[in-house]
Amino acid sequence: MHGMTLLFYGFSAILLYAACRVVSARNPVHAVLHLILAFFTAACLWMLLEAEFLALALIMVYIGAVMVLFLFVVMMLDIDLARLRQSFWRYFPLGAGVGILVALEMGLTLGSRFFREQSLAALPSRAAEASNTRELGALLVTDYAYPFELAALVLLAAIVGAVALTYRKSFLRRSPDPERQVRVSAADRLRLVSMPAEKEEDGVC
Amino acid sequence: MFASFLLPNLWLAAPEIFLTVLALAVLFFGIHSEKTPVSPARRALLFALAQCALIGCAFWILLESDGQRALTFSNMFLHDLLADFLKLLICATMSVIFVYSRRHLAERDIPPGEFLFLALLSTLGMLVIVSANHFLPLYLGLEMLSLSSCALIALDRRRAEATEAAMKYFALGALASGFLLYGLSLLYGVSGTLEISGVAMEISAKAYTEGLDRLPLVFGLVFVVAGLAFKLGAAPFHMWLPDVYHGAPTPATLILAAAPKIAAFSMTLRLLLGGFFPLAADWQQMLMVLAVISMGIGNFVAIAQENVKRMLAYSAIAHMGFMLLGLCVGIPENETLGARQIAVSAYSASMFYVLTYVLSTVGAFGVMLLLSRKGFEADRLSDYAGLNQRSPWLAALMMIFMLSMAGLPFFVGFFAKFAVLGTVVYAGHYGLAGAAVAFSLLGAFYYLRVIKYMYFDAAPEGASPAGLGATPWGMKTLLTLNALAVALLGIFPHALLAVCLTVLDVSF
Repeated sequence: MHGMTLLFYGFSAILLYAACRVVSARNPVHAVLHLILAFFTAACLWMLLEAEFLALALIMVYIGAVMVLFLFVVMMLDIDLARLRQSFWRYFPLGAGVGILVALEMGLTLGSRFFREQSLAALPSRAAEASNTRELGALLVTDYAYPFELAALVLLAAIVGAVALTYRKSFLRRSPDPERQVRVSAADRLRLVSMPAEKEEDGVC
Repeated sequence: MFASFLLPNLWLAAPEIFLTVLALAVLFFGIHSEKTPVSPARRALLFALAQCALIGCAFWILLESDGQRALTFSNMFLHDLLADFLKLLICATMSVIFVYSRRHLAERDIPPGEFLFLALLSTLGMLVIVSANHFLPLYLGLEMLSLSSCALIALDRRRAEATEAAMKYFALGALASGFLLYGLSLLYGVSGTLEISGVAMEISAKAYTEGLDRLPLVFGLVFVVAGLAFKLGAAPFHMWLPDVYHGAPTPATLILAAAPKIAAFSMTLRLLLGGFFPLAADWQQMLMVLAVISMGIGNFVAIAQENVKRMLAYSAIAHMGFMLLGLCVGIPENETLGARQIAVSAYSASMFYVLTYVLSTVGAFGVMLLLSRKGFEADRLSDYAGLNQRSPWLAALMMIFMLSMAGLPFFVGFFAKFAVLGTVVYAGHYGLAGAAVAFSLLGAFYYLRVIKYMYFDAAPEGASPAGLGATPWGMKTLLTLNALAVALLGIFPHALLAVCLTVLDVSF
């Protein structure tokens, strides 16, 4: 067994463990930390495939930015753990059953002739000085310029959607409006009502 | 490194570029302070800009359409007659939808800039899907369509149902995208290429040289077909449709119900026929199952609906099943003389079906939008009771659309069903044809029930007379023209049928 293969299985085992813990951890902060571990291990696997740029981008973007944000959100949200747990265990047998079934089916298929005969040695190996980043960059602005631009438009749609849904509706915001507070007059707050005076005989004084 | 790179021919993508630029203009002019309501002048400007974008885009398509097949952007962008034809129809549909939904948007205080921009971006996504020759643009176009539709559904945030519908659409759409991507990645693993036409060639070449191992291919294909069925709204992947149709504001429902069906049809045709042609025997069986289940579930459950939007959602499921029938009998199992002719006529019957379905469904939602007022959605069956006494004209229009969808003779829906059934019988699937006829008869019940409500039931006490005075004349004229098209195409269906036939004959 090659050292590389050993590394691959090691990383895969850690990845699977981390992924399972993300779902089963009691504390959401622990779940997020395990998700970070899962991303990091996936980056290591990519490194084994000589995709250095993608591996580093995964670490920078997902672990550096997205997951830290996630961690903050999870810490700030007041999640009712007991209720979450309850539904988790209720659906667990069904989910586990479906998961095992899918894994079995995939195992049967992936064990077929096609996937066994092709070895990874068939992949072309590149010279040590070939730069991943340079090649990716060149591809993005030449052959893949069209999907690159499309992806930019998809992001724009997401931004416009997010802003339109969260910002615009002032009725959803609970912040006071200082302008209105200053301009307020007594008539807005206080209403003087003239009521008939009470009669003597009804008096309960 | 750049030796093999050819500069893209931007001329071929001119309609898309034009649409994008004007959509950005709509976004720019739509900016306004949230403290002051949008002025009618600004609404008119945004509306005119959006219409300019669609009509201009349609003109560009006509201008550069030459019936030739051309590839650009490193073979990712396909330009052929089918793409041009479908793009033209998508632009026309969206343009009609904008006219129908204009008043509804103004009354409901839905921000017009965002609505029109997102609707234009969803149109762009559809155009990208229609002319994709590569898995990557196909997927990105799909995401553009889904994301902007999702935001459109949730734009009316005062209503909790709209938010719920958007969440359902988003979650199930993500699941469908996951299915599609997983299937495509497996097929990429087998064929080694992401180009749709290249996949078919690779698979055929592999089958010729080393014998084909079908298992991994079919495994990937199942996921692709499931993803496509999600997007088409075919049972058993239809769960999102009724809730989303019901919860979304009616203009967003109309956008979801009409033009994306054309794009989904194109995606199905391009992927299954263009990419996985060597696996036709496998996907034909899958589509057959989907078609029968969709027609069954759609027509049965629609009977129990009291809400017209939900009813139309189940009717959409049934119609998609009917459309799939044409696709699944296209290629006969044994290669006989004239097999290509049979296949092309089957696919053109399906295409005719989709186009006429879109025409009728746009009209039906148009009537609903015309009837609705602020605080009144006109989406319950009882809202249509006695419509004939209040407005005979509107009742007649609705009757035409309902009869066409039910497939009664001398409306266009009849000929669409007839053409599809003809190809099914010709291919020798008598059982399938029998099931389709039985389910259609069942379906006629709930369409006729709407007519019964309109003509034979008394209007409820205190129902407002359908005051049409406030509606802009453009909407009324267009709705009448829409109904006229449904009626006239029913009498002269051969022109459109011939166009569908020619377009598919040239393109495949």
